[in-house]
Amino acid sequence: MNALARPQALEWLSEFVRYRELFFFLVWRDVKIRYKQTLLGASWAILQPFFMMVVFSLLFGRVAKIDSEGVPYPIFSYAALVPWTYFQYAVPLSGNSLIANSKLISKVYFPRAIIPASSALSGTVDFGFASLVLIGMMLYYHMPVTAGLLLWPLFMIPLIIFSTAIGMIFSALNVKYRDIKYTIPFFVQAMLFLAPVIYPFSSMPAKYQAVLRLNPLVGIIDAFRAVVLPTRSVDWHLLGIATVISLALLALASVYFSRAERAFADLV
Amino acid sequence: MREAILVEHLTKQYRLGALKHETMLREALTSVFTLRRQRRQATTILALNDLSFSVNEGEVLGIIGRNGAGKSTLLKVLSKITYPTSGRVRVRGRVASLIEVGTGFHDELTGRENIYLNGSILGMRKKEIDARIEQIIDFAGVEKFVDTPIKRYSSGMRLRLGFAVAAHMEPDVLFVDEVLAVGDADFQKKCLNAMDDMRSGGRTVLFVSHNMSAIENLCPRTIWIDAGKLRLDGPSDEVIASYLRTFSDAQRAGYDLGDVDGRGGNGAVRFTRVDFLDAEGTPASIFRCGEPLRARFHYRAQERIKDPHFGMTIHSDMGTRIATISTWHSGYYIPTLDAGEGTIDLWIDDLFLLPNRYYLSLWISSTGQWYDQLEHCIALDVEESNLNGTGGRGMSARWGLVYLPSRWNLEPRVEAR
Repeated sequence: MNALARPQALEWLSEFVRYRELFFFLVWRDVKIRYKQTLLGASWAILQPFFMMVVFSLLFGRVAKIDSEGVPYPIFSYAALVPWTYFQYAVPLSGNSLIANSKLISKVYFPRAIIPASSALSGTVDFGFASLVLIGMMLYYHMPVTAGLLLWPLFMIPLIIFSTAIGMIFSALNVKYRDIKYTIPFFVQAMLFLAPVIYPFSSMPAKYQAVLRLNPLVGIIDAFRAVVLPTRSVDWHLLGIATVISLALLALASVYFSRAERAFADLV
Repeated sequence: MREAILVEHLTKQYRLGALKHETMLREALTSVFTLRRQRRQATTILALNDLSFSVNEGEVLGIIGRNGAGKSTLLKVLSKITYPTSGRVRVRGRVASLIEVGTGFHDELTGRENIYLNGSILGMRKKEIDARIEQIIDFAGVEKFVDTPIKRYSSGMRLRLGFAVAAHMEPDVLFVDEVLAVGDADFQKKCLNAMDDMRSGGRTVLFVSHNMSAIENLCPRTIWIDAGKLRLDGPSDEVIASYLRTFSDAQRAGYDLGDVDGRGGNGAVRFTRVDFLDAEGTPASIFRCGEPLRARFHYRAQERIKDPHFGMTIHSDMGTRIATISTWHSGYYIPTLDAGEGTIDLWIDDLFLLPNRYYLSLWISSTGQWYDQLEHCIALDVEESNLNGTGGRGMSARWGLVYLPSRWNLEPRVEAR
């Protein structure tokens, strides 16, 4: 922002770094609680994208016969459903996190951004489990497990950045306007259709592609799928746009959040 | 000596409208179109009003004042939980604030896991917790259950665990808000000792409490906050004495409670008056140790109230809680209270308080709700009586606070010859 705001932004960041242990403790807490009933916890992470994949395969693979870029539709959709499931878990959790932790906010000081950020990160464990199933499916469908898959976890970085940015904005708005929580599921659902989960991005008419690619989820999910499909290669240009927009959104979210957070304890 | 805390012209304003009403985005949007026509009337209150004071390093400062005087808001501003509306606050060194014990505890996690979680929330490093975990477990006295989820803990165990974590932080500045008001006497003593250790360790401590004896024991200096302003600042015994003097003057037979300020609760039902009566039902203004006491409380309910509890707490002149009496404790069930006025009578068959001045706090509540809370609103002077026919022998405040009815029997009993 302007010159006056810069030292403040630095201070805000350094506070966050100072409290990094709390950040990881909160991630650890969220994961721990989610997996406390071990059997159910771990299987949820797998079942959710897996059942979505089954339903999508029936509906879009068999009935609607959507183009799956030369591979079986189940693997085509599952490769996108794994990062998608992370997103649809992380954004509502993060967006509602300040309200859910209102007791902490009104009783203890710490950089408030830790709460939505740690919530967004806690979904990565689920992502890890769901990714293992993907490898199993690739073997089942006799697809080559290539070195390109090493990029798979790397693509989590822009996805986490984007989800955190959205989660932070929603969480701060949520404190001020309590009806924001009703818009989060709507937003997430809309993103399912605006991102290439069900369909390949290439099937979109070219005139819409130019606008749709501004949605970071497009480039990110397309990249996840590209390393799985032997028929595809990563569209680095598309992913580059997604990463830059995600980073810009995170910066914007941080600025908005740091201004809104002063009032949190009085509002929650 | 350096200042650890500096507070200059601190003011904190709350918008009451914003607190009572959750803002909806829909309203914010429509108010743009209607040009603020139906903007809500926001009433503001000054929780802190131009407050200034400073505390030196290593000093232990007590903070007293009625409910709603701004004590808790002050601690929240000092610990950066909330921001001041105007004025300046500077706190030097590492801060720990105990506004609630066991903040962030999670039911599903074990005692040990919660120690780590709570410790890090309070600002401890993992290394520090690692180094002190055995001491913390020992202090809390939960060795056997430390790997059990705390949903199985009793409320006392949770409290002990929470305080144990807090007591093992090593902050430069510590803020404590009334956490000692709960827990059994044994544990309270442990907490006070722990705080005493912190004091002797050269830490700066700010201690908010209604327990006047704890304040006087721990804090050489006390400030009294009244309606967000600094009313008095000085040696604890002097400040406490003048604070308690404001509650009431000489003993009377009745008190109007309709417009006492600084009361808590939502006001759905409030005390309006209390009359003291003797055994025959005539107004009484003298109470003697061991004699009956009858109080008639007048109330006014704004609406129909379900299952209300009326209660009274007796404090010593130093603020120690001596006894709590309530309809709930006595099992006197009141199904509903209709809107309007009424009275409720309380009989104490034998007032076994030793001659001294006592303070009464009154409240009306129901499960999870406070309707009315009046702290130290009435002074009660108890006089000697001719108990046991000894002419009041042993009836003095220096023997303690209560008289316990008792009998003696010696064997073999030899009659005087």
